[in-house]
Amino acid sequence: MQWFNRPVSDTQITQWQRMWLYIVAAIIMLLLVVPSFIVIPMSFSNSQYLEFPPETWSTRWYETYFESAKWMRATITSLKVGFLTMLFATPIGVMAAYALYVSGHRFARAVFAFLVTPMIVPVILIAIGTFYAFGKFGLNNTITGLVLAHTVIAIPLVTIVITSAFRNYDLDQERVARSLGASRIRAFFVITVPQIKFSVATAALLSFLTSFDEVIVSIFVSGGKNATLTKHMFGALRDYIDPTIAAISTIMILVSTILLLITQFFGKKSS
Amino acid sequence: MNATLQDQSALPIHIQSLTKKYDRLFALNAVSLDIRSGEFLTLLGPSGSGKTTLLMAIAGFNRPDSGSIKFGDEEVILKPPHKRNVGMVFQSYALFPHMSVAENIAFPLKLRGIKGQESTDRVNQALATVQLEGLGERGIEQLSGGQRQRVALARAFVFKPRILLMDEPLSALDKKLRDQMQIELKNLHEQLGVTTVYVTHDQREALTMSDRIVVINDGQLCQIDTPHAIYNQPVDRFVADFIGESTMLPLTRNNSGDLVYIDQIISSKNSTSVNTEALLVIRPERLFVINESNIDRENTIVFNGKVKEFVFQGDTAFVVLSINETDTLSFRFSTDAAAADNYLQIGQPLSVGLARHNVIVIPKDTNQ
Amino acid sequence: MSIPASLVKESGINEQSLLRQSSREKRLLLSLATPAVVAIVAVIVIPVGWLFYLSFIGGDGQFSLENYQKMFKYKSYARAFATTFQVSILTTLICILLGYPLAYFLASLPSRLAGLFMLTVLLPFWTSLLVRTYAWLALLQKKGIVNELGLSMGLWDEPIKLVHNMTGTLIGMAHIMLPFLVLPLYSSMRKIDRDLMQAASNLGATPIQAFWRVYFPLSRSGMVAGSLIVFILCLGFYVTPAVLGGGRVIMVATQITAILENQFDWGAASALGVVLLVATLVVLFVATRVFKLDVALFGNK
Repeated sequence: MQWFNRPVSDTQITQWQRMWLYIVAAIIMLLLVVPSFIVIPMSFSNSQYLEFPPETWSTRWYETYFESAKWMRATITSLKVGFLTMLFATPIGVMAAYALYVSGHRFARAVFAFLVTPMIVPVILIAIGTFYAFGKFGLNNTITGLVLAHTVIAIPLVTIVITSAFRNYDLDQERVARSLGASRIRAFFVITVPQIKFSVATAALLSFLTSFDEVIVSIFVSGGKNATLTKHMFGALRDYIDPTIAAISTIMILVSTILLLITQFFGKKSS
Repeated sequence: MNATLQDQSALPIHIQSLTKKYDRLFALNAVSLDIRSGEFLTLLGPSGSGKTTLLMAIAGFNRPDSGSIKFGDEEVILKPPHKRNVGMVFQSYALFPHMSVAENIAFPLKLRGIKGQESTDRVNQALATVQLEGLGERGIEQLSGGQRQRVALARAFVFKPRILLMDEPLSALDKKLRDQMQIELKNLHEQLGVTTVYVTHDQREALTMSDRIVVINDGQLCQIDTPHAIYNQPVDRFVADFIGESTMLPLTRNNSGDLVYIDQIISSKNSTSVNTEALLVIRPERLFVINESNIDRENTIVFNGKVKEFVFQGDTAFVVLSINETDTLSFRFSTDAAAADNYLQIGQPLSVGLARHNVIVIPKDTNQ
Repeated sequence: MSIPASLVKESGINEQSLLRQSSREKRLLLSLATPAVVAIVAVIVIPVGWLFYLSFIGGDGQFSLENYQKMFKYKSYARAFATTFQVSILTTLICILLGYPLAYFLASLPSRLAGLFMLTVLLPFWTSLLVRTYAWLALLQKKGIVNELGLSMGLWDEPIKLVHNMTGTLIGMAHIMLPFLVLPLYSSMRKIDRDLMQAASNLGATPIQAFWRVYFPLSRSGMVAGSLIVFILCLGFYVTPAVLGGGRVIMVATQITAILENQFDWGAASALGVVLLVATLVVLFVATRVFKLDVALFGNK
C-alpha cells in the first residue's frame, strides 16, 4: 500500500506512523456524535424503559407527546420565544457589531468586552438575578420576560459571528459605494448586507437555538402556561426517565442537524 | 475622442490650510494646494507621508480637523462622500462580488435614476473605453487582475464625475501589466479630460503619468511641479533623494562666495539661489566617461577618481567611483556588446564629466 | 515651494463645523450599539447588582456580612466550591486530552475534508445540552448500553455505577464542553505557518522535537483560550451535574438553587453567586494576564 508510506506532514512523517492519530481522532469523533443519535432508536421502543436495541418497536411515545396538551403548549411557547428572541437579538447584535467595527473608536474594545459579559457571568447568576428583578416588575412567567432574558444571552453570539464576518469583508466596498453616490445606510443594505447575509442567517439561527435550548433561566423565569419545553423536560429528567423525552429529543436532534446542514451548505456556497 | 463621456467640464480643486492630526502627529499640516481643471496630478510620497489622508479628505472619507476644500467655487468639506460626485478607484478595487461586471458599472447610474436603454448604452460605452467589450455578463470572480482594474475604473467614470480620484490603483498588478496600464490610464485621462488626483509611492509611475507631481512628506507639501522640473530641479534633499537615483556631494564656498567642489566652481554666487550650505546633486545617467576627444573644458565639470565597484546590469552598467577618502560618485552608462566583460577594472583611474547644464544645487538642510 | 512648518492657527477654517459634524457621526455610530448595551444593563448589570446588594443584607434587614460568614459556618457551602473547582479542573483536563489530538488531526487535513469532519464537532455544539445530557443518562444507566456492552464482552462481571455520581458528571460535562475547546484550538492551529515545521526539519529537528519546540508553542494560545472558555463555563454549570450527578455532585449552581428552593434565603444564595462571579472574574483576569490573551479570543467561538 503506497498510501501508508506517503509522507504527510512537513516533517516527513508517513501515513503509517500517523495511524494512531487517525484511530484516536476517529474514536473521539464517534464519542462526540454517537451518544445523541443513540436516542433515536430508543424513542421508537414500545417499552416503559429505555432499551437499546428496542425489543418491540412503536411510535407510542411520539403519540404521547403530540397528544399531550402540556407538551404541546410548552413546545409552542418555546418556538414563540425562540422566534421572538431571534427577531430581537439579530438586528441588535448586527447593529452593535457594525458600530464597533466601523467606528474604530477608543471605547470600541471596551464596549465589545461589555457585550460579551452575558457569556462570562455564570448563567445561574443571570437566572436568579432576572428571577428576582423580574419578580419586582411582574415579568416572571411572561413571554416578554423570557424573550428579554434570552435576547441578552443571544446578543454576544450574534455580535461575535457578525464581527468575524466583518473581519473577512473589505470595507472599501462600502466606501466605494458611497463615493458612487449611495448614502451610508443604502451602501450598508445594498452592498454590505448581501455579502454578510450568510453570517447574519447563521447568527439568527444560533440565537433561535440558544433560546430554544436554554434551560436554567427558563426554569426560573418561565412557568405556568408559559413554561418552556426545556423546563418540562428538565423536570421530567430529574424525577424519572420518561421515554417521551426520547421522542422529543429525537425531534430536537433532527431540527439541530437540519439547521446546521443548512448553514454549512449555504456557507460553502457563499465562500 | 469620445464626445458623450466628456460632455461635462472638469472642475478645479482648491485646498486651503487643510489640517488633520492623529493624536499629536500631523497627518496633514496646513496643506494648501490648487489643482487645475482637467489636469492629472499625482500625490507622491513615502508611506505615512499623508498622501492617502489628503486623497481621502478630498473624497470625503476622512474628516480633517480644519481647512477648506472647494470643487470650483463650491465648498465641499462638510459634504458627505455620496454628495460630492467624485469617481474613486481604490487600491483593492472594491468591486462588488455579488454583482456582474455590468451591474457593477451600472451601480452609480442606478443611484442617479438612469435606467433602461440609456444605462445599458453608457455601461457598454464605458466597457468599450476600457477595452472590455462584451464582458458585461461576467462575474467578478472570472476576471483577471488587470480586468478588475479596468472595471473599477469604468465604474468610477461612467457617471461622468468631474473629478476622479485614484488610490494606488496599480500596486496590485505585476510590473509588466503595471507599465502597460500606466500608458492606458494616461490616454484615458486625455480622452475624458477629467480632473484626476492620483496617489502613489512609485516615483516612476508618477513621472510617467502626471501633468504635475506633488511630493509630500510628513504631512507637508515639499514641491509641486512638472515631472521634468521635479527631476531636474528638486528643491531640497528629500525630493532629490526620493525621486530618481542620485549622488550628493558637499560644496564649499570660496572667498568670492561661489560654490566650489575640489577647486572647481560649480555655481557662481550670482547664479544660485542657495545661500546656506549646499549640496551638488548628480543623476547617475548624466555623467559620462571622459576621453581627450570629447572634452569641452569650458562647459564640463570633471571628477577624477578610481573605480571602486563595477556591476553589469544588462541594459546599463553601474559604476562606483571613489574621488577621495570620503566622497564617492555613482554613475551608469549604456552597455555595448563589443566591449565584452572587460569594461573597467577595479582600482583603475577614471575621469568622468558632468555638463554644466546638468548641475543641480540644493541647500544642505532640508528643514529650512 | 516648500511650505514652512507653520504654526497652527488657533481656530482653522471650518474647524467648529467639522468638529460638530465629527462628534455627531461618532454619536450616531455609538447609538447603534445602544440597544445591546441597554439590554445587557437591564438583564445582567441591574439584576446582578441587586443580588450583590442582597448578599450584604442580613436576616434582620440590616447591613451585615452574615451571608458571607455562612460560607465558613456551613461545610456544605465550602464543599460546593471544592466540588465546583474539582469538576471544572478535571473536565478541562479531559477536554485538553481529547481535544488536542482531535484538533491536530482536523488541522492537518485539507480544508474541505476538515470541514466535513468538523461537522462531528459542530453537531453536538448545535444540539440541545438537555438532549445530550439525557442521552448520556440513557447510555450510562444500570441497564444502559455501556453496561450491557461491558458485561457481554466480559469487561466487568456486574453492572457498574456510571451515572448519578462523579464519573457520570465528568463524562457528560466533557462531552458538552469539548467543542468549546476544539473550535478555538483548531483555528489557532490552522494559522500556524507550515513552512515553520519544514524549516525546523531542515535545521535538523526530529519530528517530535519540531512538534514540541515549534508547533506546540504556536498552538498554545488557542489551547489556553479554549481551556479558559471551558473552565469558566464549567464553574457556573447547572444542568448536567444536576441530572448526571444525581444529587451526589453538588456544585455551586446546584447549591444556590437548593437554597432558594428549600430555604428561600436570597441573601445566602446571592452571596454564593457573588463569590462564584468573583472567582470567575479572577480566573479570567489572571489567565488573560499570565497568557497575554485578549477578550477578542471569545470571537473564535
